[in-house]
Parts: sequence; C-alpha cells; structure tokens
Amino acid sequence: MDSALAVHRLHFAFTVTFHYLFPQLTMGLALLLFVMKTLALRTGDPLWNNAVRFWAKIFGINFAIGVVTGIPMEFQFGTNWAAFSKAAGGVIGQTLAMEGVFSFFLESTFLGLLLYGEKRLGPKLHWVASLMVFLGSWMSGFFIVATDGWMQHPVGYKLGPNNEIILTSFWGLVLNPWSWWQYAHNMMGAVVTGSFVMAALGAFYLLNHEHEQYARRFVRVGVIAGLAAAFIMLFPTGDRQGVNLARNQPVTLAAMEGHFETARAAGIALVGQPDMDRLQLDNPLIIPGALSFLTWRHWTAEVKGLRDFPRDQWPDNVPLLYYAYHIMVGLGTIFILIMIAAALLLWRGALFSSRAMLWVLMLAFPFPYIANTAGWITAEVGRQPWLIYGLYRTVEGVSPRVSAGNGLFTLLGFMGLYTVLGILFLFLVWREIEHGPEAEIRDEGSRHPAASELQGVH
Amino acid sequence: METIWFCLVAIMIAGYVILDGFDLGAGFVSLFVARNERERMAIIGTIGPVWDGNEVWLLAGGGTLYFAFPALYSASFSGFYLALMIVLWLLILRGVSIEIRNHVDNHLWRPFWDFVFGASSALLCLLFGVALGNVIRGVPLDASGFFFIPLWTDFAPGSYAGIVDWYTILIGVASFTALAVHGCLWVALKTTSELRDRARRTAMGGWWLIVVMTFVITALSFRLQPHLAVQFSDYPFGFVFPAIALAGLAGMFWFTHAGNDRNAFLSSCAYLLGMLTSVVFGVYPLVLPASTNPDYSLNIWNAAAPKYGLIVGLWWWIPGMILAGAWSVFSYRRFAGRVSQFGHP
Repeated sequence: MDSALAVHRLHFAFTVTFHYLFPQLTMGLALLLFVMKTLALRTGDPLWNNAVRFWAKIFGINFAIGVVTGIPMEFQFGTNWAAFSKAAGGVIGQTLAMEGVFSFFLESTFLGLLLYGEKRLGPKLHWVASLMVFLGSWMSGFFIVATDGWMQHPVGYKLGPNNEIILTSFWGLVLNPWSWWQYAHNMMGAVVTGSFVMAALGAFYLLNHEHEQYARRFVRVGVIAGLAAAFIMLFPTGDRQGVNLARNQPVTLAAMEGHFETARAAGIALVGQPDMDRLQLDNPLIIPGALSFLTWRHWTAEVKGLRDFPRDQWPDNVPLLYYAYHIMVGLGTIFILIMIAAALLLWRGALFSSRAMLWVLMLAFPFPYIANTAGWITAEVGRQPWLIYGLYRTVEGVSPRVSAGNGLFTLLGFMGLYTVLGILFLFLVWREIEHGPEAEIRDEGSRHPAASELQGVH
Repeated sequence: METIWFCLVAIMIAGYVILDGFDLGAGFVSLFVARNERERMAIIGTIGPVWDGNEVWLLAGGGTLYFAFPALYSASFSGFYLALMIVLWLLILRGVSIEIRNHVDNHLWRPFWDFVFGASSALLCLLFGVALGNVIRGVPLDASGFFFIPLWTDFAPGSYAGIVDWYTILIGVASFTALAVHGCLWVALKTTSELRDRARRTAMGGWWLIVVMTFVITALSFRLQPHLAVQFSDYPFGFVFPAIALAGLAGMFWFTHAGNDRNAFLSSCAYLLGMLTSVVFGVYPLVLPASTNPDYSLNIWNAAAPKYGLIVGLWWWIPGMILAGAWSVFSYRRFAGRVSQFGHP
C-alpha cells in the first residue's frame, strides 16, 4: 500500500465500484420506467402513471448520487492517471467527451422534465421525456463501455514516432466489435438489477399486505423483464464475451477459468481454489470439454493453459480474477433459476399468493449488485497487467508527480465522504418506500407546503 | 485546427462559468439575502430545475479539453491534484445538499443542507478563481510536461509558489465577488417583492467591490505575467475583450438602477465573458505557462491531440452541442418566469 501505483489503482477501483452501484439501477430503471409510462399511455390506466411517479422519486435520488460520484471518475483520468491520459487522451477522450455532449445534456434536461414537468408537458410529451431519459442514460452507458472496450481491445489507432497513440479511425473506435458485446452484456446486467429491485419492493409490499395493486404490477414488470435480461446475459451476450476473450485475451481466459495446463477437451471448473504456489486448482469440480466447446465451439479443441503464457503477461491477481468471474457466473445462473420459477408461478396465477417465492424475490435484490460488480472486476482485473491491452502497461500510466501520500489522503477522503453518501441514500430511499406509491395521491401538495414553487428542486 | 479547439474549449469554460456561475452565486447569497425559510426556498426554486444542466457544462467542457488537449488535461489535473480533489468533494456536497434538502420536512434538516449548499458554493466560487490565477501566474512544469504543486508554500507567487498565494487568492476573491453579484442579479431577475429588492441592493454593494477588484487584479496580472502585455500590444484588436468586460460592468450598474433585471443579468454575463476571454486571449497561444523555464510551457500545439482526432471531433461536437443547446432552451422556456414566495405564476 505504500507504492503510488497501488494507491492510484485502489483509488480508481474504490471510487468506480461505489459509483457503479448507482448507474446500474439508473439504467435498469430507466428502461422499466419507460415501459410503465408506455403502458400508462396505451391503457389509460392511472395506476401506471402513479407507479411511474413513485419510482421516479427513487430514480431521482439514485440518479443524483450517480451524478455526484460520476464527476470524480472523469477527473481521475487526469489527476491519478496523467501519463495514460497524455498518451491515450486523443482516443478515449473522444468517447468520454461524446458522453458529456450527447448524453449528459439530454439526460439532465429531460430528467428535470420527467420529475417535475408532468403537468406542464401533458401525457404525450411526458412520455417523450421518459424516452429521452432512457436514451440518455443508455447512450451514456455506451460511451463508457466503448472507452473501456477500446482499452480491452484497441482498434483504429497507430503509434507515432514517440510511441504516442494516434487515433486513425473514428468509426473503428465507435464500432469496435468488442465494445458492442460488452455493452449489450453490461446493459442487461443493469436491467437485471432494475428488475430485481422492482420485484423485491413489490414482494415486500405484498408480504406486508400494503399497496397491493401497485405491488403486483412491480412484481409482474420485474419478473418479466428480469427473466428476459437474465437469459440474454448468458446467451448470446455472455457467450460472445467468452469467445472474444478466447481470441483476444487468451491468458485472461485461462486465469479466470483457473485453467493452468494446456489441454484438449478442456473442462470448466464449477468450484475450486487457485493455488498460486503449485499453479493448480485445488478441490476442482469440472465439466469435461465444456471450456473447449464454449470458446472454440468444438468439444476437443485445445485451450492453452496459464502455465504456457509468459509470466509477465499474466493478470497480476489471478485468484481475485478467478473468484470474481465465478461469482458473476454463479449468481447469473441463480438469477435465471429464480426468474424461471417466479415466471412459471406468475403464468399459473399463483405468484402473488406464494409467500415462499415472494420471500426469495424480496431477499434477492442485493445479488445483482454483487454480480455486476464482480463482472466489472473480472473485466478490469482481467485486463491487467495492461491499461490498454497489449499496448500500454498499467505501471506506465500513473501520474508521475502525484505521490502515494497525496493519493492516500484523497482516497481516505473519498471513503469517508462515500460512507456518508451511502447512509444518506439508504435513509432517503427507505423513506420513499415507507411513504409508498399512494403517498402521491393521499397528500399531494401537503407534504411540501411550497411544492408549487419548487417544481424544480429534486 | 488547434486554435479552433482552443476557442471551443474557451467557449465551454465561459459557458460553464456564466451558467453554473449564477447558481453557485445564488447558492452562496441565499445564505444572507434570504431572510426566512420561504425566501430561501424561492431562491433555491429558481436554480433547482437548471443547476444540474449547468454543471453538465463542466463535464462536457472537461471531456472536450481531455480529447482536444490531452497533455494539458493530464498536466493540469495531476499538477493541481489536491485542489481538484477538494473541488470534487465540494461539488459532491453541493449536489447532494440541493437534491436532498426537500426530502425530509424537519426544521433541522433543511437549514443544515442549505448551509452546506451555500458554503460549498462559496468555496467553489473562490477555488475557481484561484485556479484561474494559477493559469495566469504559471506553474513549475518540468521537461516531461508534468508538475506537482502543493496547496500552499510561502504564499508568494514566485517559482516556488503553491496553489494558494496572495496573488491567486486575490483572483479567487475577485471571482467570488463577481459570481456572488452574478447570483444576486439572477435572484433579482427570478423573484419578486422584498427579496428582489434586497438582491438588487446586495448586487449594488458588491458592484463597487468588483470595480476595485477588476482594476487591482488587472494591474497585478500584467505585472506577474509579462506575456499578457506582449500579446495585447502585438494584437491590439484584443482590447475588444476587456472592452466587453467594462461595458458589462457599466451595464450592471446602469440597468440595476433602472430596474431592468434582465439586462442587468445579461450585463453581468458580459462582464464574466469579457474577463475570461481577456485572460484566454492574453495567454494565447500558451495554455499553461511554465514558471520554471519558458520552453516547458504548454501551448496549443504541444498540448493538442493529433490532427485526425481534432478534425473528426468537429463532426460530432458541433451537431452535439446544437442539440444540447436546443434541449437547454426547451427546458429554460418550460421553467421560465419569476418565482415568488407565494407560488409560481
């Protein structure tokens, strides 16, 4: 912990991990809000509109924390990773600036209108506002994943005389095939989070016998969207990520699978602990041939093991990578099973009275957060020891003049501040949950005495 | 091409200062211009719908700076590391406090977050000025194009200076005053009755301070950064920028006394724009002067990204900003009009 490199890595890892707890719900809910708003417009059922108003409040709190914790992410490229920014800013600055220009203006404008402009806009324009918020947040996600995608799989560039990285193809950067699969996978992860949260809150209300007509809608929307998203996470998006890894980052694939020995008909380890002294997997439980099939579409294909790659190419924390990946895949499988069971019960009309299933749905909501976080740890630790895969090492990228002491000072500052933010967030969301979706109708105007002049304050 | 992007980045920064400037200023003056809870709510009501969009200018401007001038972005952000981190913390506190103040109806909760909001806004006004002061004074860049500057050393603007010295703190105070008045004029524009009158009076009080500060910091800047004088004497058309600032200054005084809040606010925008463009023009083609060795200074050529990226950037940047402008106009029109303490018209 006394090396500047370690401090700067932890600095980014901590702030980005905390930050992404919020956008994943923002992006997931943005889709679900748009769906509910569409249902409201098509059916004319006022309950859907009330449901949107209720979720929009939670969305607003979540969005605000996402915004304030997002600003440090852009800054840190310059503050903590200055050498990297100087070398690659001409490329990844493009996608980061596009996020600002195309998504943030759109998002911030229409979120204000979505939250406070319902009366002024009327139903159709208000529906448009929900569409714009959805598009803005999903575009934002794209530009970030495109930035990361380029760092995972650099394309459309050339090296200059002093080894500086020069963009040569804008469309190469934007249409990077790696990014699009990663993006689809990531967005489905966000929808899984949004769906599980919505279903969990519905289940909570149902188990408490509160707000039941709303709760049933929350559960229904959550289960249907969650089922679809959980499946797409596995296939085709997760599957394609595996194929891309096998072709472009084979050493990462070997490390995350705990695959040490080169083998034909390589298997997938369901459980096991990587032993980095003996370079083997302890207590393995293996499905034979599966890894060969999933990566090369051939049960007996050869998959190169970690031992056969030079050590300076290995990700620097193999066990963390291995566990993050296995947690992600394990949870992803559980999500599919939960949602299949819930969807079957829903189809049979028995879900709302099945207390056991409602308990499961209610308690399941933290796990998509864990799975999304584990997924990003897999991507980012898997990219090591490179900042730009195969091109630029992480150790080269840190700010040359910012010492470990200064870095630790601000890291501790962020830890303290984010602890406060986390507590405030939970407190405020809990209050909205207690007020419930009917609060809007019950005490419109009375909860905020000056509500009419405050249409903008969120 | 580098000059075009230099101007575009300057426009983004000016847009940020003018737009977020009024809500920073209004946030700060809400602490003392408002006499009661209702008036404070009215002030916050005027910036609530727009502050988030205004702050996007900072992010979009930062992103634009990043891809157009990566060497400048990385040198300045890592060099001003500690100050920028404090700016980040203040931005977080400020954003959180305005967002959550209305969620709990409690007589301790709201005043507390209003205080956090006002105090963090005030410190940000000060710090942005300090940052500008650092750019004018110059920083100890080395041959690798990087530097690191502590928060303070001996408070003297020599080559051993910290981020805060007596010169940069003066610029900070000037920016603080100018944005506070800018915020007052915004409040005057958007509110009614006693609150509006008080905002006007406060603005007029601050105006005299701005006049004094403008002359003091101008004289000091020309002494500390000789490049400014060279630039203005080589290209006399540049005097149009200080002229804009002076016209804005006069307009603020004139229109406030005439009771024309709209033009008074616009004059304040012109003043800020004039001051910023004067600085930008004065340091051009430098973007970050070195206090160590003039050869280490970053200018628009050695800090810019390669040509292809700059050209392709124009193709998405211009349509993107036109769209962004359209959305902003749409939103401002939807939330147009004055906010009284007695409800929206």
